[in-house]
Amino acid sequence: MSSPSRLQVARVVFAKDVRIERRSKGLTSKIMPFAVVTIVLFAFALDGDVILQRTAPGLVWLAMLFSSMIIVQRSFALETADGALDALRVAGADMSAVFWGKCFALVIQLLVLELVLLAGAIVMYGIELRGSGVVLLVTSSISATCGLSAVSTIYAGLASGVRGRESLLPLLVLPVASPVLIGATRAAEAAFGTGGTVVSEGWPWLGVLSVFAVVFGFGGSLAFGPLIDD
Amino acid sequence: MTIDTPASTTASSVRGTSTPATRVLGVLSIAMTLWLGVFGLLLSPADRDQGDAVRIMYVHVPSVWLAYLAFIVTAFASAVHLFGRRHSLQADRVAGASAEIGVVFMAVTLVTGMLWGRITWGVYWQWDARLTTTALLFISYVGYLAVRGLEGSREQRARRSAIVGLLAVLEVPLVHWSVKLWRSLHQEATVLGTDLDVSLDGLMLFSLFVGVVAFTLLFLWLLLHRSRMLTMIDLSAESGLDTALAQRRAEGGASV
Amino acid sequence: MTNAGFILGSYALTFGSIVIFAWRTVKVGKRLSADISDEDKPWL
Repeated sequence: MSSPSRLQVARVVFAKDVRIERRSKGLTSKIMPFAVVTIVLFAFALDGDVILQRTAPGLVWLAMLFSSMIIVQRSFALETADGALDALRVAGADMSAVFWGKCFALVIQLLVLELVLLAGAIVMYGIELRGSGVVLLVTSSISATCGLSAVSTIYAGLASGVRGRESLLPLLVLPVASPVLIGATRAAEAAFGTGGTVVSEGWPWLGVLSVFAVVFGFGGSLAFGPLIDD
Repeated sequence: MTIDTPASTTASSVRGTSTPATRVLGVLSIAMTLWLGVFGLLLSPADRDQGDAVRIMYVHVPSVWLAYLAFIVTAFASAVHLFGRRHSLQADRVAGASAEIGVVFMAVTLVTGMLWGRITWGVYWQWDARLTTTALLFISYVGYLAVRGLEGSREQRARRSAIVGLLAVLEVPLVHWSVKLWRSLHQEATVLGTDLDVSLDGLMLFSLFVGVVAFTLLFLWLLLHRSRMLTMIDLSAESGLDTALAQRRAEGGASV
Repeated sequence: MTNAGFILGSYALTFGSIVIFAWRTVKVGKRLSADISDEDKPWL
């Protein structure tokens, strides 16, 4: 029997994660409500329509960042609960393929969450999406999500199966993910025209986000094996 | 009548982590640091633009130099551990010791920088690329030390922390680039035009040079002591387990 | 000297942190050193 290729391993891991998420409904029943509550709470904290319109892109991405921490914890809690990651390793699965599978499953979940948050912000904060900003918003969100997922997958893999990981993960991920927050927020501001910005101001940020995603994507696929392998 | 004290029976000296080399280093760095104090506070003149606030620079710049030096050493030692054929645990301890020193000096740098900023800019903090990168690097290395404190074998700890140490190297340029780009789009937000790039006269430059030399010596001294200390912490954790096992075995043997 | 509090404060903070950090390192080293035989100390 030939051993499965990297692509096959990645696809299987990806499909497994998405299937578990669909059946357990963790995203829709717990994380989305949390994110929506965050959006509402921001409105309470920053009383005033003008401030909310000005800060909406930043608030959406902050809510994303915090919610993503919960999603990542869940994604790896599943693996370590029954020693599934060890089983994969013992079975000889290529760990960089496992990294890509888990990372892309995370990308899909985060994109779904993003749609909900953006819709929430458009409805509740009264921001308007210009036709010319749609391409920028979509491309920058996708590359920001890829970068965020890569970073979170690396550090969640590192902290998986260790006591006290819940408090460690944000400490490790959030400083590294700060370029994502800066870039995604600025790009979204340009797409929405917040504070009189024009769409062309957002394109350099797409560059930052893409470089980030590529660097940590490759960094992760190299580092993931040694991190998990003991 | 002679009484054997426990100290005289053990094969260990109580010299601790010092050797003749570290003693020389220690004396040199104390002398240089005192000299730095004299130059920085008394001999060097006040700056034309910054006034006496420039004196903070003589401790601020050397400590940020030391902090970055420490993180470079951590990254280098992490690479030696990870890619070296022997996966040397000693390299891992050097990386850990260096990161601890770096975190301390990064904290000092941030606070002295804020005090300088309050005098020169009128505010403690400014969202400039250099400051922001330094602050995020500080938090990242606090995270690195937390990773070192995780449970697991010494080999696990070494591999994990080596990878985190190397990932931090990827982080720094990306953070710096993104903050720089962010701030360049908000030019109006920069407070005043004053920056660190002041024209330095001979004595000022010399004071700064004294500081950098003093702190480099200090770093070497601290690194030697600290990595030896970490070696002994690992050893005593190991021997502690051995002693406990021996005691349990002795108890078991006595009861049979 | 103007702003003497800020300036002396930063010197005190810098040198104080160095002294405390170095002191603790040496002290822990001395304490541990008593329990470990000299063969295990490659620097001696």
